Amino acid sequence: MEKVVFKRPKYMKKAPFHYCPGCGHSIIHRLVAEIIEELDIGNKTICVPPAGCAVLAYNYLDIDMGEAPHGRGAALATGIKRILPDRVVFSYQGDGDIAAIGTAETIHAANRGENITVIFVNNSCYGMTGGQMAPTTLLGQNSTTTPGGRDMVRDGTPIDLSEMLAIARGSVYIERTAVNSIQNIRKTKTAITKAFKVQMAGLGFSLIEILSPCPTNWKMSSVESCRWIDENVMQTFPLKVIKDETSR
Amino acid sequence: MDKKLLMRGSQVIGETAIRAGCRFYAGYPITPQNELPEFMSGAMANLKDGTFIQAESELAAINMVLGASMAGARAMTSSSSPGISLKQEGISFLAASELPAVIVNTMRGGPGLGNIAPSQGDYFQATRGGGHGDYRSIVLAPAYGQELADLTVKAFEYADKYRTPVMILVDGMMGQMMEPVVLPEPINLNELPPKPWILDGADGRPSRIIKSLILDTMEMEEHNWKLARKYQIISREIVSAESYMTKDAKLVVVAYGTAARVAKGGIKRAREMGLKVGLLRPITLMPYPERIIREMSRSVKDFLVLEMNTGQMLDDVKLSLEGRSNVHFYGRPGGIVSTPDEIAKVITSLYYRQHLEED
Repeated sequence: MEKVVFKRPKYMKKAPFHYCPGCGHSIIHRLVAEIIEELDIGNKTICVPPAGCAVLAYNYLDIDMGEAPHGRGAALATGIKRILPDRVVFSYQGDGDIAAIGTAETIHAANRGENITVIFVNNSCYGMTGGQMAPTTLLGQNSTTTPGGRDMVRDGTPIDLSEMLAIARGSVYIERTAVNSIQNIRKTKTAITKAFKVQMAGLGFSLIEILSPCPTNWKMSSVESCRWIDENVMQTFPLKVIKDETSR
Repeated sequence: MDKKLLMRGSQVIGETAIRAGCRFYAGYPITPQNELPEFMSGAMANLKDGTFIQAESELAAINMVLGASMAGARAMTSSSSPGISLKQEGISFLAASELPAVIVNTMRGGPGLGNIAPSQGDYFQATRGGGHGDYRSIVLAPAYGQELADLTVKAFEYADKYRTPVMILVDGMMGQMMEPVVLPEPINLNELPPKPWILDGADGRPSRIIKSLILDTMEMEEHNWKLARKYQIISREIVSAESYMTKDAKLVVVAYGTAARVAKGGIKRAREMGLKVGLLRPITLMPYPERIIREMSRSVKDFLVLEMNTGQMLDDVKLSLEGRSNVHFYGRPGGIVSTPDEIAKVITSLYYRQHLEED
């Protein structure tokens, strides 16, 4: 008898990804779609996609989607969630979106303890605009606006947004994961699932930061990108549960 | 309920907004409009389904409104000139995504921080869209306490009907002044027309997308024309202006809001001296009552535009007239409010200079 071992998740549209080969977004999109199906919340979940590579997430996720201006995902999600408190509302944001232009919106949503979930994809560069320095770009890492590598004196240092958000009294669950290996992909799925459950239990603000490869802008192969995350990105952004007050 | 109440302008807007079904307010403190968020914080707390958020910035406030509007709520934010500049990002996105929202701008002297005195310096910003891109917002300019109530009701109706941001444009004087007002009956939210476009979870229906990104140039062009057609329909359907003593007028003053009230005082004084002067007061600034002004040019050869700025609506009066009549201007920018005597002098001197007493 045939057994289905792999299929398109229910909440994934039949559309080819526009993402570059080796990009982490397609993996994360799939994880989100799988989780929505497993938690059976497709009929009550609203996603707020960002400006950036993932702006086109609405072409792939088959749930209600409301696009935010650059960086404002947490504010927009706040507005939706306050009107519809029994829905599951999450923003999907890149590192430039959330940790540079949207820092204020994110910190204050966390501080208010908004009962929303943020999926924060950290690829340590501005992907869509062509690989400029992001707030998360590593020291020494090349980008189109850090010739010779990011220099601390000239360009500042990578920002630990998730750790900053953990200080906020209203945040409940914050974890940093990665999608550069099968094991890490599985851990990411577990973390996002937990974040959604935190929201469904009404506990407060949850955020999963996901280290994600950007082979195109890093100018590496997919395999090199995954290794680069292990060897370099994780030195600055270690994988860990940054805050877990779910049993408080 | 026909009871006449004595109420402060900003409270009239707030109380009427609630009665008109506003259930979401986000704002950020800025003078001279703090009475409005302060009022809304209490009023929303008294409702089962009301939300008030003091946002971390004007940007956050307008984006919270964007989210609440997507979720189907009647939503409002308010600010004063510098804060409205910050909200322009969100207003552009509201217009692009065809989302209803009401924005109150209590104008103050500018540019920059300027001051907190009554001004009409934001006319261009309000009526030309304000943010980036090819769009307009409906702009309503009340001049009386009662009109604050009436136009606040209309603002929410227009926002929902046309799915577009609506701005209520006032100044600190309108916001602070106490006037008698009869408030409207609270609406029943359940009787509002359904919004078959909101994001509330794809339960038994296909999923929905609300967005403003349109990468395909042909599609974007069509979207731009769609918005333009909407503004044409709005122009046909909601233009509103008050004519005061214009029937036999040889000189018509054009002014809105606080400037129009002062102008009325000046016109009364001029009439007492036998001068045939009237007032045309635009109540909608976008759409502009250009046809009404153009038709007046058949009998009126001189128009005097009065504004609390250096001449902004002046352009719209000239565009309306297309050279048919003379257009004169008198403005007091920077937060100065003219007196009726001052306006009477301006009217009188113009009247005789143009020899309007002769025929």
